[in-house]
Amino acid sequence: MVQLALPKNSRVQKGRHHPAPAGAKNVKTFRIYRYDPEGAENPRWDTYDVDVDACGPMVLDVLIHIKNEVDPTLAFRRSCREGVCGSCAMNIGGRNTLACTHGHDETHGSACQISPLPHMPVVKDLIPDLTMFYAQYASIEPWLHTETPEPQKEWRQTPEDREKLDGLYECILCACCSTSCPSYWWNGDKYLGPAALLHAYRWLIDSRDEATGERLDELEDPFKLYRCHTIMNCAQVCPKGLNPAKAIGEIKKMLVDRVV
Amino acid sequence: MTGGIGSPLLWRWHITMATSIIHRGSIFGIYLSALLLTGWLLALASGPESYGAYTGALSSPLGLLVLFGLTFTLFFNLAYNVRQAFWDMGKGFKIPEANAGSVAIIAFAVVTTLALWAVLFILGVL
Repeated sequence: MVQLALPKNSRVQKGRHHPAPAGAKNVKTFRIYRYDPEGAENPRWDTYDVDVDACGPMVLDVLIHIKNEVDPTLAFRRSCREGVCGSCAMNIGGRNTLACTHGHDETHGSACQISPLPHMPVVKDLIPDLTMFYAQYASIEPWLHTETPEPQKEWRQTPEDREKLDGLYECILCACCSTSCPSYWWNGDKYLGPAALLHAYRWLIDSRDEATGERLDELEDPFKLYRCHTIMNCAQVCPKGLNPAKAIGEIKKMLVDRVV
Repeated sequence: MTGGIGSPLLWRWHITMATSIIHRGSIFGIYLSALLLTGWLLALASGPESYGAYTGALSSPLGLLVLFGLTFTLFFNLAYNVRQAFWDMGKGFKIPEANAGSVAIIAFAVVTTLALWAVLFILGVL
């Protein structure tokens, strides 16, 4: 169901202001979404005036600086700080991306606004609950299905067949794409979303996989697959430069091809 | 998203998202066009008086504005579905292609709408 306004308990209120330290020369304002699940208050926008000369070039550097020096209560996920793990996916300046690979000088406007991935349950501050997202990924059974007896060594694949997996296997499951998708916003419980569908296609075209028919049967559903209306937000924001929209288009093609 | 606290929906629009939403809107434009056409046929069948009243209402400034808008939605929908046919063949998914396609769809709808209305004015139909 389309929800254009947030429910009352989720409306974001004005929050606290943390001024820059005296003597700071290069100050930039960061407007950050805060929500404390242990308090009774609504979420709020806190603003932090940060001396960006005192921290690294990326948004993640700023967040770590705030947590270390200004406000230790700020919660966010991070791990590899180089675009490999996908932990620090968040909405920065109105677009989903990884905080670790997005420069704080790349944002539009004077203040840089940072909020959790859109239209997701919030655990705390910038941390969304990705339980459903991971369950959807698990539902496409992301492993090799085979019936023929296992070979003595590895399953062989030609270089050409291996190439078909390029642009698909690189996905780090950061959820930037799925939470950028209006279809996923409105039908996130029934529509699998771009990330899970990209992985579904990765297994569908794997030359070693022997469950293509069963996989297609599972996807042939008005909601699981066909909520994709090629809005393209997924491909527009993917921090790894992948194209889930194209992968979904290819699945739709496979479904047509097998009946004509 | 059900229960608990929901994160806010903040989005800086992409042109592909804008054309997708206009396309959705254009479908309603087509429903409305079909209704207006049915009304026109009914008015025609009910005699000169009702036909005169119906076409009079449609050629009022408000009626013309509605018809102008519907012309745009029809041309927009036409162009969008041509692009959708390319997508169904697996072509045009690269971001620069998709963005350029969206610009082309809007340009086509604007130009054809204006051209058709210009022709109607020149021919004195309006």
